[in-house]
Amino acid sequence: MIRFTRVRKEYPRTGVALQDVSFFVNKGEFVFLTGPSGAGKSTILKLIFADELPTAGEVKVANVSSATLQRRDVASLRRKLGIIFQDFRLLEDRNVEANVAFALEVTGAPRALIGPRVAKLLAQVGLASQGRAYPRELSGGEQQRVAIARALANDPVAIVADEPTGNLDDRATRGVFQLLRDINATGTAVMMATHDLELVKRSNCRTLELNDGTLVFDSAEQMPGADTP
Amino acid sequence: MTLAWREAINAFKRAPMLSALSITTIAFSLFAFGLFGLVALNIRQALTQIEERVEVRAFLGDGTAPEASAAALGDIQAFPEVASATLITSRQALDRARKELGEFNDIFDAALLPASIDIQLKPGFRDPTHVRAVAARIRTYDFVEDVRFGEEWVEKLHQIRNASTLAGLALGLTFAIVAVIIIGSTIRMAVLARVREIAIMRLVGATDGFVRRPFLIEGALKGAMGGLLALLLTWLANEIVGRVAFEAAFFDIRLSIAGIFAGALIGLGGSAFSVGRHLRDL
Ligand SMILES: Nc1ncnc2c1ncn2[C@@H]1O[C@H](COP(=O)(O)OP(=O)(O)OP(=O)(O)O)[C@@H](O)[C@H]1O
Ligand SMILES: [Mg+2]
Repeated sequence: MIRFTRVRKEYPRTGVALQDVSFFVNKGEFVFLTGPSGAGKSTILKLIFADELPTAGEVKVANVSSATLQRRDVASLRRKLGIIFQDFRLLEDRNVEANVAFALEVTGAPRALIGPRVAKLLAQVGLASQGRAYPRELSGGEQQRVAIARALANDPVAIVADEPTGNLDDRATRGVFQLLRDINATGTAVMMATHDLELVKRSNCRTLELNDGTLVFDSAEQMPGADTP
Repeated sequence: MTLAWREAINAFKRAPMLSALSITTIAFSLFAFGLFGLVALNIRQALTQIEERVEVRAFLGDGTAPEASAAALGDIQAFPEVASATLITSRQALDRARKELGEFNDIFDAALLPASIDIQLKPGFRDPTHVRAVAARIRTYDFVEDVRFGEEWVEKLHQIRNASTLAGLALGLTFAIVAVIIIGSTIRMAVLARVREIAIMRLVGATDGFVRRPFLIEGALKGAMGGLLALLLTWLANEIVGRVAFEAAFFDIRLSIAGIFAGALIGLGGSAFSVGRHLRDL
Protein backbone atom coordinates (compact mmCIF):
# COMPACT_ATOMS: atom_id res chain seq x y z
CA MET A 1 0.00 0.00 0.00
CA ILE A 2 2.85 2.34 0.93
CA ARG A 3 6.24 1.28 -0.38
CA PHE A 4 9.52 3.13 -0.01
CA THR A 5 12.34 1.74 -2.12
CA ARG A 6 15.84 3.05 -1.42
CA VAL A 7 14.52 6.54 -0.94
CA ARG A 8 16.91 9.43 -0.68
CA LYS A 9 15.83 12.99 -0.02
CA GLU A 10 17.99 16.06 -0.23
CA TYR A 11 16.74 19.56 0.44
CA PRO A 12 18.31 22.49 -1.39
CA ARG A 13 19.88 24.23 1.61
CA THR A 14 19.88 21.69 4.43
CA GLY A 15 21.23 18.74 2.49
CA VAL A 16 20.46 15.10 3.04
CA ALA A 17 17.30 14.45 5.09
CA LEU A 18 16.77 10.78 4.22
CA GLN A 19 19.05 8.14 2.80
CA ASP A 20 18.41 4.63 1.60
CA VAL A 21 15.05 4.29 3.31
CA SER A 22 13.04 1.19 2.36
CA PHE A 23 9.90 -0.16 4.02
CA PHE A 24 6.47 -1.43 3.20
CA VAL A 25 3.17 -0.73 4.93
CA ASN A 26 0.29 -3.11 4.33
CA LYS A 27 -3.39 -2.32 3.97
CA GLY A 28 -4.96 -1.73 7.36
CA GLU A 29 -1.68 -1.58 9.31
CA PHE A 30 -0.99 0.83 12.17
CA VAL A 31 2.57 2.11 12.09
CA PHE A 32 4.40 4.50 14.40
CA LEU A 33 7.20 6.60 13.06
CA THR A 34 9.63 7.62 15.79
CA GLY A 35 13.03 9.20 16.14
CA PRO A 36 14.67 12.32 17.45
CA SER A 37 13.90 15.78 16.14
CA GLY A 38 15.29 16.27 12.67
CA ALA A 39 15.49 12.54 12.00
CA GLY A 40 13.26 12.83 8.94
CA LYS A 41 9.80 11.76 10.15
CA SER A 42 7.93 14.67 8.63
CA THR A 43 9.93 14.25 5.45
CA ILE A 44 8.73 10.65 5.11
CA LEU A 45 5.13 11.74 5.57
CA LYS A 46 5.51 14.58 3.06
CA LEU A 47 6.86 12.08 0.55
CA ILE A 48 3.78 9.93 1.14
CA PHE A 49 1.31 12.71 0.35
CA ALA A 50 3.47 14.05 -2.46
CA ASP A 51 4.29 17.35 -0.85
CA GLU A 52 7.90 16.47 -1.66
CA LEU A 53 9.40 14.19 -4.27
CA PRO A 54 12.30 11.82 -3.55
CA THR A 55 15.72 12.80 -4.84
CA ALA A 56 16.40 9.15 -5.60
CA GLY A 57 14.51 5.89 -5.13
CA GLU A 58 10.78 5.41 -5.41
CA VAL A 59 7.78 6.16 -3.22
CA LYS A 60 4.68 4.22 -4.16
CA VAL A 61 1.36 5.00 -2.49
CA ALA A 62 -1.93 3.34 -3.46
CA ASN A 63 -0.37 2.28 -6.76
CA VAL A 64 0.80 5.79 -7.60
CA SER A 65 4.55 5.94 -8.13
CA SER A 66 6.65 9.03 -7.46
CA ALA A 67 8.56 8.19 -10.62
CA THR A 68 5.61 8.90 -12.88
CA LEU A 69 3.70 11.35 -10.73
CA GLN A 70 2.43 14.46 -12.54
CA ARG A 71 1.28 17.62 -10.87
CA ARG A 72 -2.31 16.86 -11.76
CA ASP A 73 -2.13 13.40 -10.11
CA VAL A 74 -1.41 14.91 -6.69
CA ALA A 75 -5.02 15.89 -6.03
CA SER A 76 -6.40 12.43 -6.72
CA LEU A 77 -3.65 10.83 -4.63
CA ARG A 78 -4.51 13.06 -1.67
CA ARG A 79 -8.18 12.17 -1.91
CA LYS A 80 -7.16 8.62 -1.05
CA LEU A 81 -5.33 9.83 2.04
CA GLY A 82 -6.37 11.60 5.23
CA ILE A 83 -3.71 14.01 6.45
CA ILE A 84 -3.48 15.26 10.03
CA PHE A 85 -1.03 17.66 11.65
CA GLN A 86 0.00 18.74 15.10
CA ASP A 87 -1.48 22.21 14.50
CA PHE A 88 -4.86 20.90 13.21
CA ARG A 89 -4.92 23.25 10.19
CA LEU A 90 -8.58 24.15 10.42
CA LEU A 91 -10.14 27.17 8.75
CA GLU A 92 -10.76 29.61 11.58
CA ASP A 93 -13.51 31.53 9.80
CA ARG A 94 -15.66 28.45 9.27
CA ASN A 95 -17.55 26.39 11.75
CA VAL A 96 -16.89 22.73 12.42
CA GLU A 97 -19.43 21.48 9.89
CA ALA A 98 -18.07 23.74 7.19
CA ASN A 99 -14.52 22.62 7.92
CA VAL A 100 -15.48 18.99 7.39
CA ALA A 101 -17.76 19.76 4.43
CA PHE A 102 -14.83 21.57 2.82
CA ALA A 103 -13.03 18.30 2.09
CA LEU A 104 -16.13 16.99 0.35
CA GLU A 105 -16.84 20.16 -1.63
CA VAL A 106 -13.31 20.17 -2.91
CA THR A 107 -13.86 16.78 -4.53
CA GLY A 108 -17.10 17.95 -6.12
CA ALA A 109 -19.34 15.71 -4.00
CA PRO A 110 -23.08 16.25 -4.67
CA ARG A 111 -24.45 18.85 -2.27
CA ALA A 112 -27.32 16.69 -1.12
CA LEU A 113 -24.89 14.09 0.16
CA ILE A 114 -22.59 16.47 2.02
CA GLY A 115 -24.90 17.34 4.93
CA PRO A 116 -25.69 13.78 6.03
CA ARG A 117 -22.09 12.69 5.46
CA VAL A 118 -20.75 15.51 7.66
CA ALA A 119 -23.20 14.63 10.41
CA LYS A 120 -22.10 11.01 10.28
CA LEU A 121 -18.41 11.95 10.40
CA LEU A 122 -18.89 14.29 13.35
CA ALA A 123 -20.79 11.56 15.19
CA GLN A 124 -17.93 9.17 14.47
CA VAL A 125 -15.38 11.48 16.13
CA GLY A 126 -17.72 12.29 19.02
CA LEU A 127 -18.57 15.87 18.06
CA ALA A 128 -22.17 15.38 16.94
CA SER A 129 -23.39 18.38 18.92
CA GLN A 130 -20.54 20.80 18.14
CA GLY A 131 -21.16 21.25 14.44
CA ARG A 132 -22.01 24.94 14.74
CA ALA A 133 -19.03 25.83 16.90
CA TYR A 134 -15.97 27.59 15.52
CA PRO A 135 -12.50 26.05 15.93
CA ARG A 136 -11.40 28.68 18.47
CA GLU A 137 -14.33 27.70 20.68
CA LEU A 138 -13.06 24.12 20.95
CA SER A 139 -10.33 22.47 23.02
CA GLY A 140 -7.21 21.18 21.30
CA GLY A 141 -8.43 17.61 21.47
CA GLU A 142 -11.75 18.58 19.95
CA GLN A 143 -10.07 20.54 17.19
CA GLN A 144 -7.96 17.51 16.36
CA ARG A 145 -11.13 15.44 16.17
CA VAL A 146 -12.52 17.89 13.65
CA ALA A 147 -9.34 17.49 11.62
CA ILE A 148 -9.73 13.71 11.84
CA ALA A 149 -13.36 13.95 10.69
CA ARG A 150 -12.16 16.02 7.75
CA ALA A 151 -9.41 13.49 7.01
CA LEU A 152 -12.00 10.71 6.92
CA ALA A 153 -14.37 12.57 4.62
CA ASN A 154 -13.27 10.92 1.40
CA ASP A 155 -12.94 7.38 2.81
CA PRO A 156 -9.14 7.31 2.73
CA VAL A 157 -7.17 4.09 2.41
CA ALA A 158 -4.62 5.53 4.83
CA ILE A 159 -4.34 8.23 7.48
CA VAL A 160 -1.05 10.10 7.58
CA ALA A 161 -0.60 11.86 10.92
CA ASP A 162 2.35 14.09 11.81
CA GLU A 163 2.51 14.28 15.61
CA PRO A 164 -1.27 14.51 15.94
CA THR A 165 -1.04 14.51 19.73
CA GLY A 166 1.93 16.85 19.97
CA ASN A 167 -0.14 19.77 21.23
CA LEU A 168 -2.47 17.78 23.47
CA ASP A 169 -2.49 16.89 27.16
CA ASP A 170 -2.52 13.27 28.30
CA ARG A 171 -6.24 12.83 28.38
CA ALA A 172 -6.78 14.34 24.96
CA THR A 173 -3.83 12.36 23.63
CA ARG A 174 -5.39 9.12 24.75
CA GLY A 175 -8.73 10.12 23.25
CA VAL A 176 -7.28 11.04 19.86
CA PHE A 177 -5.08 7.96 19.82
CA GLN A 178 -8.02 5.70 20.62
CA LEU A 179 -9.98 7.35 17.83
CA LEU A 180 -7.17 6.59 15.39
CA ARG A 181 -7.09 2.98 16.62
CA ASP A 182 -10.84 2.71 16.07
CA ILE A 183 -10.47 4.06 12.56
CA ASN A 184 -7.65 1.62 11.95
CA ALA A 185 -9.88 -1.20 13.17
CA THR A 186 -12.25 -0.49 10.26
CA GLY A 187 -9.45 -1.23 7.79
CA THR A 188 -7.83 2.16 7.24
CA ALA A 189 -4.04 2.10 7.49
CA VAL A 190 -2.54 4.68 9.84
CA MET A 191 0.97 6.06 9.77
CA MET A 192 1.65 8.28 12.74
CA ALA A 193 4.82 10.21 13.53
CA THR A 194 5.26 10.83 17.23
CA HIS A 195 7.68 11.78 20.00
CA ASP A 196 5.49 10.11 22.61
CA LEU A 197 7.46 6.95 23.43
CA GLU A 198 5.07 6.10 26.27
CA LEU A 199 2.27 5.88 23.78
CA VAL A 200 4.34 3.74 21.44
CA LYS A 201 5.34 1.35 24.20
CA ARG A 202 1.82 0.98 25.57
CA SER A 203 0.17 0.31 22.25
CA ASN A 204 2.28 -2.52 20.93
CA CYS A 205 1.98 -1.39 17.28
CA ARG A 206 4.54 -1.70 14.54
CA THR A 207 7.22 0.97 14.89
CA LEU A 208 9.66 2.45 12.40
CA GLU A 209 12.49 4.33 13.99
CA LEU A 210 14.55 6.90 12.19
CA ASN A 211 17.81 8.43 13.17
CA ASP A 212 19.58 11.08 11.19
CA GLY A 213 17.74 10.24 7.98
CA THR A 214 18.26 6.49 8.17
CA LEU A 215 15.78 3.82 9.13
CA VAL A 216 17.42 2.20 12.15
CA PHE A 217 14.64 -0.04 13.43
CA ASP A 218 11.51 -1.69 12.10
CA SER A 219 9.64 -3.75 14.65
CA ALA A 220 8.03 -5.80 11.87
CA GLU A 221 11.44 -7.25 11.08
CA GLN A 222 11.95 -8.34 14.69
CA MET A 223 10.30 -11.71 14.25
CA PRO A 224 9.19 -13.43 17.45
CA GLY A 225 12.00 -15.65 18.66
CA ALA A 226 14.64 -13.95 16.57
CA ASP A 227 18.00 -13.68 18.28
CA THR A 228 17.71 -10.18 19.61
CA PRO A 229 19.38 -9.19 22.87
CA MET B 1 -24.37 28.00 -5.08
CA THR B 2 -21.09 26.21 -5.61
CA LEU B 3 -18.08 26.56 -3.36
CA ALA B 4 -16.23 28.55 -5.99
CA TRP B 5 -18.96 31.18 -6.22
CA ARG B 6 -19.33 31.37 -2.47
CA GLU B 7 -15.57 31.81 -2.17
CA ALA B 8 -15.56 34.54 -4.79
CA ILE B 9 -18.33 36.42 -3.02
CA ASN B 10 -16.68 35.90 0.35
CA ALA B 11 -13.61 37.58 -1.09
CA PHE B 12 -15.67 40.78 -1.42
CA LYS B 13 -16.82 40.55 2.18
CA ARG B 14 -13.37 39.73 3.44
CA ALA B 15 -11.74 42.74 1.79
CA PRO B 16 -14.45 45.25 0.92
CA MET B 17 -12.08 48.20 0.59
CA LEU B 18 -9.71 46.34 -1.67
CA SER B 19 -12.56 45.05 -3.76
CA ALA B 20 -14.08 48.52 -4.09
CA LEU B 21 -10.68 49.88 -5.06
CA SER B 22 -10.11 47.36 -7.80
CA ILE B 23 -13.64 47.79 -9.13
CA THR B 24 -13.25 51.56 -9.29
CA THR B 25 -9.84 51.39 -10.93
CA ILE B 26 -11.19 49.07 -13.58
CA ALA B 27 -14.18 51.37 -13.90
CA PHE B 28 -11.98 54.40 -14.41
CA SER B 29 -9.80 52.64 -16.93
CA LEU B 30 -12.84 51.55 -18.88
CA PHE B 31 -14.44 54.97 -18.37
CA ALA B 32 -11.49 56.63 -20.09
CA PHE B 33 -11.73 53.98 -22.77
CA GLY B 34 -15.46 54.60 -23.02
CA LEU B 35 -15.08 58.35 -23.34
CA PHE B 36 -12.57 57.95 -26.09
CA GLY B 37 -14.74 55.35 -27.71
CA LEU B 38 -17.63 57.78 -27.61
CA VAL B 39 -15.57 60.49 -29.29
CA ALA B 40 -14.46 58.00 -31.91
CA LEU B 41 -18.03 56.80 -32.34
CA ASN B 42 -19.29 60.31 -32.90
CA ILE B 43 -16.51 61.24 -35.30
CA ARG B 44 -17.18 58.04 -37.14
CA GLN B 45 -20.87 58.73 -37.38
CA ALA B 46 -20.30 62.29 -38.53
CA LEU B 47 -17.87 60.99 -41.12
CA THR B 48 -20.32 58.45 -42.43
CA GLN B 49 -22.96 61.12 -42.74
CA ILE B 50 -20.58 63.43 -44.54
CA GLU B 51 -19.31 60.64 -46.70
CA GLU B 52 -22.81 59.81 -47.74
CA ARG B 53 -22.86 63.22 -49.30
CA VAL B 54 -19.54 62.79 -51.03
CA GLU B 55 -20.37 63.25 -54.62
CA VAL B 56 -18.36 63.55 -57.74
CA ARG B 57 -19.69 66.12 -60.13
CA ALA B 58 -18.49 66.20 -63.73
CA PHE B 59 -19.27 69.46 -65.52
CA LEU B 60 -19.98 69.10 -69.19
CA GLY B 61 -18.85 71.53 -71.82
CA ASP B 62 -21.30 73.77 -73.64
CA GLY B 63 -23.01 72.10 -76.55
CA THR B 64 -22.18 68.56 -75.62
CA ALA B 65 -24.28 66.32 -77.79
CA PRO B 66 -27.11 64.65 -75.82
CA GLU B 67 -26.10 61.25 -77.29
CA ALA B 68 -22.55 61.69 -76.06
CA SER B 69 -23.59 62.60 -72.53
CA ALA B 70 -26.14 59.76 -72.43
CA ALA B 71 -23.47 57.28 -73.52
CA ALA B 72 -21.06 58.62 -70.88
CA LEU B 73 -23.78 58.34 -68.24
CA GLY B 74 -24.25 54.68 -69.16
CA ASP B 75 -20.51 54.06 -68.93
CA ILE B 76 -20.21 55.77 -65.59
CA GLN B 77 -23.17 53.92 -64.13
CA ALA B 78 -21.37 50.69 -64.97
CA PHE B 79 -18.24 51.66 -62.92
CA PRO B 80 -17.91 49.21 -60.00
CA GLU B 81 -17.51 52.09 -57.53
CA VAL B 82 -20.59 53.96 -58.65
CA ALA B 83 -23.91 53.66 -56.86
CA SER B 84 -25.80 56.03 -59.10
CA ALA B 85 -25.19 58.68 -61.69
CA THR B 86 -27.65 61.29 -62.90
CA LEU B 87 -27.56 63.73 -65.74
CA ILE B 88 -28.36 67.26 -64.64
CA THR B 89 -29.17 69.50 -67.57
CA SER B 90 -28.34 73.15 -67.45
CA ARG B 91 -32.04 73.90 -66.92
CA GLN B 92 -32.26 71.49 -63.95
CA ALA B 93 -29.10 72.96 -62.46
CA LEU B 94 -30.74 76.36 -62.55
CA ASP B 95 -33.91 75.06 -60.89
CA ARG B 96 -31.91 73.39 -58.18
CA ALA B 97 -29.86 76.48 -57.49
CA ARG B 98 -33.02 78.55 -57.24
CA LYS B 99 -34.57 76.15 -54.81
CA GLU B 100 -31.47 76.01 -52.66
CA LEU B 101 -30.98 79.73 -52.56
CA GLY B 102 -34.67 80.65 -52.28
CA GLU B 103 -34.85 84.42 -51.96
CA PHE B 104 -31.88 85.15 -54.16
CA ASN B 105 -33.37 83.39 -57.14
CA ASP B 106 -33.40 86.57 -59.22
CA ILE B 107 -29.66 86.39 -59.48
CA PHE B 108 -29.93 83.31 -61.60
CA ASP B 109 -32.35 84.72 -64.10
CA ALA B 110 -29.79 85.41 -66.67
CA ALA B 111 -27.11 83.04 -65.49
CA LEU B 112 -26.31 79.92 -67.39
CA LEU B 113 -25.26 76.98 -65.29
CA PRO B 114 -23.33 74.15 -66.90
CA ALA B 115 -24.89 70.73 -67.29
CA SER B 116 -23.31 68.01 -65.18
CA ILE B 117 -23.29 64.33 -64.35
CA ASP B 118 -23.71 63.87 -60.60
CA ILE B 119 -22.21 60.67 -59.31
CA GLN B 120 -22.92 58.94 -56.01
CA LEU B 121 -20.36 56.36 -54.90
CA LYS B 122 -21.05 53.07 -53.19
CA PRO B 123 -20.15 52.83 -49.48
CA GLY B 124 -16.58 51.60 -49.13
CA PHE B 125 -15.52 53.56 -52.23
CA ARG B 126 -15.94 57.00 -50.69
CA ASP B 127 -12.38 57.33 -49.44
CA PRO B 128 -9.97 59.73 -51.15
CA THR B 129 -8.13 57.09 -53.17
CA HIS B 130 -11.24 55.71 -54.82
CA VAL B 131 -12.81 59.11 -55.29
CA ARG B 132 -9.69 60.37 -57.02
CA ALA B 133 -9.50 57.30 -59.24
CA VAL B 134 -13.10 57.70 -60.36
CA ALA B 135 -12.58 61.41 -60.98
CA ALA B 136 -9.52 60.69 -63.11
CA ARG B 137 -11.40 58.19 -65.25
CA ILE B 138 -14.25 60.63 -65.84
CA ARG B 139 -11.83 63.36 -66.80
CA THR B 140 -10.81 61.34 -69.84
CA TYR B 141 -14.03 62.25 -71.69
CA ASP B 142 -13.11 65.24 -73.76
CA PHE B 143 -16.47 66.94 -73.29
CA VAL B 144 -15.97 66.91 -69.52
CA GLU B 145 -14.62 70.30 -68.62
CA ASP B 146 -14.06 69.90 -64.93
CA VAL B 147 -14.50 67.34 -62.15
CA ARG B 148 -15.15 68.45 -58.58
CA PHE B 149 -15.29 66.31 -55.50
CA GLY B 150 -14.24 68.42 -52.54
CA GLU B 151 -10.81 66.91 -52.72
CA GLU B 152 -9.24 68.57 -49.70
CA TRP B 153 -11.86 68.04 -47.08
CA VAL B 154 -12.50 64.45 -48.05
CA GLU B 155 -8.86 63.85 -47.44
CA LYS B 156 -8.75 65.82 -44.21
CA LEU B 157 -11.73 64.01 -42.76
CA HIS B 158 -10.10 60.73 -43.48
CA GLN B 159 -6.94 61.78 -41.78
CA ILE B 160 -8.90 62.78 -38.68
CA ARG B 161 -10.78 59.51 -38.70
CA ASN B 162 -7.63 57.44 -39.03
CA ALA B 163 -5.83 59.39 -36.34
CA SER B 164 -8.77 59.06 -33.95
CA THR B 165 -9.07 55.34 -34.55
CA LEU B 166 -5.36 54.90 -33.94
CA ALA B 167 -5.36 57.06 -30.81
CA GLY B 168 -8.42 55.20 -29.55
CA LEU B 169 -6.76 51.86 -30.03
CA ALA B 170 -3.50 52.96 -28.42
CA LEU B 171 -5.18 54.60 -25.43
CA GLY B 172 -7.67 51.77 -25.00
CA LEU B 173 -4.93 49.18 -25.05
CA THR B 174 -2.84 51.14 -22.56
CA PHE B 175 -5.77 51.39 -20.19
CA ALA B 176 -6.57 47.72 -20.62
CA ILE B 177 -3.00 46.85 -19.66
CA VAL B 178 -3.18 49.13 -16.63
CA ALA B 179 -6.44 47.47 -15.61
CA VAL B 180 -4.92 44.01 -16.02
CA ILE B 181 -2.00 45.01 -13.81
CA ILE B 182 -4.28 46.47 -11.16
CA ILE B 183 -6.60 43.49 -10.99
CA GLY B 184 -3.59 41.21 -11.12
CA SER B 185 -2.11 42.81 -8.05
CA THR B 186 -5.38 42.79 -6.13
CA ILE B 187 -5.76 39.10 -6.92
CA ARG B 188 -2.17 38.62 -5.81
CA MET B 189 -3.08 40.15 -2.46
CA ALA B 190 -6.16 37.97 -2.29
CA VAL B 191 -4.06 34.89 -2.98
CA LEU B 192 -1.52 35.85 -0.33
CA ALA B 193 -4.30 36.53 2.17
CA ARG B 194 -5.50 32.99 1.59
CA VAL B 195 -2.26 30.99 1.42
CA ARG B 196 -3.29 28.98 4.46
CA GLU B 197 -6.67 28.18 3.04
CA ILE B 198 -5.18 27.25 -0.31
CA ALA B 199 -2.65 24.97 1.40
CA ILE B 200 -5.51 23.24 3.23
CA MET B 201 -7.52 22.93 0.03
CA ARG B 202 -4.54 21.25 -1.56
CA LEU B 203 -4.10 18.92 1.39
CA VAL B 204 -7.64 17.62 1.13
CA GLY B 205 -7.22 17.00 -2.58
CA ALA B 206 -8.34 20.11 -4.45
CA THR B 207 -7.15 20.31 -8.05
CA ASP B 208 -5.34 23.38 -9.35
CA GLY B 209 -8.40 24.25 -11.37
CA PHE B 210 -10.56 24.10 -8.30
CA VAL B 211 -8.20 26.33 -6.33
CA ARG B 212 -8.04 28.78 -9.21
CA ARG B 213 -11.75 28.98 -9.94
CA PRO B 214 -12.88 31.32 -7.14
CA PHE B 215 -10.12 33.78 -8.02
CA LEU B 216 -11.10 33.73 -11.66
CA ILE B 217 -14.75 34.27 -10.77
CA GLU B 218 -13.73 37.04 -8.40
CA GLY B 219 -11.69 38.74 -11.13
CA ALA B 220 -14.40 38.39 -13.74
CA LEU B 221 -17.08 39.66 -11.35
CA LYS B 222 -15.02 42.68 -10.37
CA GLY B 223 -14.25 43.34 -14.02
CA ALA B 224 -17.91 43.15 -14.98
CA MET B 225 -18.86 45.44 -12.11
CA GLY B 226 -16.12 47.85 -13.17
CA GLY B 227 -17.47 47.70 -16.70
CA LEU B 228 -20.99 48.44 -15.49
CA LEU B 229 -19.76 51.38 -13.43
CA ALA B 230 -17.75 52.67 -16.39
CA LEU B 231 -20.82 52.42 -18.58
CA LEU B 232 -22.79 54.42 -16.05
CA LEU B 233 -20.07 57.08 -15.85
CA THR B 234 -19.79 57.29 -19.62
CA TRP B 235 -23.54 57.61 -19.93
CA LEU B 236 -23.56 60.38 -17.33
CA ALA B 237 -20.78 62.21 -19.15
CA ASN B 238 -22.72 61.84 -22.38
CA GLU B 239 -25.85 63.25 -20.73
CA ILE B 240 -23.93 66.24 -19.38
CA VAL B 241 -22.42 66.94 -22.80
CA GLY B 242 -25.93 66.62 -24.21
CA ARG B 243 -27.25 69.22 -21.77
CA VAL B 244 -24.54 71.83 -22.06
CA ALA B 245 -23.18 71.35 -25.57
CA PHE B 246 -24.60 69.14 -28.27
CA GLU B 247 -26.51 65.92 -28.59
CA ALA B 248 -23.95 63.15 -29.04
CA ALA B 249 -24.59 59.56 -29.97
CA PHE B 250 -24.25 56.86 -27.28
CA PHE B 251 -23.26 53.20 -27.55
CA ASP B 252 -26.09 50.93 -28.58
CA ILE B 253 -27.15 48.04 -26.37
CA ARG B 254 -24.78 45.58 -28.04
CA LEU B 255 -21.76 47.81 -27.58
CA SER B 256 -22.79 48.46 -23.96
CA ILE B 257 -22.97 44.75 -23.23
CA ALA B 258 -19.68 44.29 -25.05
CA GLY B 259 -18.19 46.93 -22.71
CA ILE B 260 -19.29 45.04 -19.60
CA PHE B 261 -18.03 41.87 -21.18
CA ALA B 262 -14.70 43.52 -21.90
CA GLY B 263 -14.48 44.48 -18.22
CA ALA B 264 -15.14 40.89 -17.21
CA LEU B 265 -12.53 39.71 -19.68
CA ILE B 266 -9.95 42.17 -18.35
CA GLY B 267 -10.71 41.03 -14.80
CA LEU B 268 -10.52 37.40 -15.81
CA GLY B 269 -7.27 37.95 -17.69
CA GLY B 270 -5.67 39.83 -14.82
CA SER B 271 -6.62 37.22 -12.24
CA ALA B 272 -5.70 34.26 -14.45
CA PHE B 273 -2.28 35.73 -15.02
CA SER B 274 -1.73 36.49 -11.35
CA VAL B 275 -3.19 33.29 -9.92
CA GLY B 276 -1.26 31.16 -12.36
CA ARG B 277 1.98 32.75 -11.30
CA HIS B 278 1.36 32.59 -7.58
CA LEU B 279 -0.10 29.13 -7.30
CA ARG B 280 2.89 27.63 -9.00
CA ASP B 281 5.17 28.56 -6.14
CA LEU B 282 2.76 27.97 -3.27
N1 LIG C 1 11.28 22.23 3.67
C1 LIG C 1 12.54 21.95 4.05
N2 LIG C 1 13.56 22.59 3.45
C2 LIG C 1 14.82 22.32 3.80
N3 LIG C 1 15.16 21.42 4.72
C3 LIG C 1 14.19 20.76 5.36
C4 LIG C 1 12.83 20.98 5.04
N4 LIG C 1 12.08 20.19 5.82
C5 LIG C 1 12.93 19.48 6.56
N5 LIG C 1 14.21 19.83 6.31
C6 LIG C 1 15.41 19.24 6.90
O1 LIG C 1 15.30 17.85 6.82
C7 LIG C 1 15.68 17.24 8.01
C8 LIG C 1 14.56 16.36 8.55
O2 LIG C 1 13.49 17.15 8.90
P1 LIG C 1 12.07 16.58 9.32
O3 LIG C 1 11.14 17.71 9.45
O4 LIG C 1 11.69 15.48 8.41
O5 LIG C 1 12.39 15.97 10.76
P2 LIG C 1 11.40 15.41 11.86
O6 LIG C 1 11.87 14.05 12.17
O7 LIG C 1 10.01 15.56 11.42
O8 LIG C 1 11.69 16.38 13.07
P3 LIG C 1 10.71 16.87 14.22
O9 LIG C 1 10.57 15.75 15.16
O10 LIG C 1 11.41 18.01 14.83
O11 LIG C 1 9.43 17.24 13.55
C9 LIG C 1 16.06 18.36 8.98
O12 LIG C 1 17.46 18.45 9.01
C10 LIG C 1 15.49 19.60 8.35
O13 LIG C 1 16.36 20.69 8.54
MG1 LIG D 1 8.38 16.70 12.04
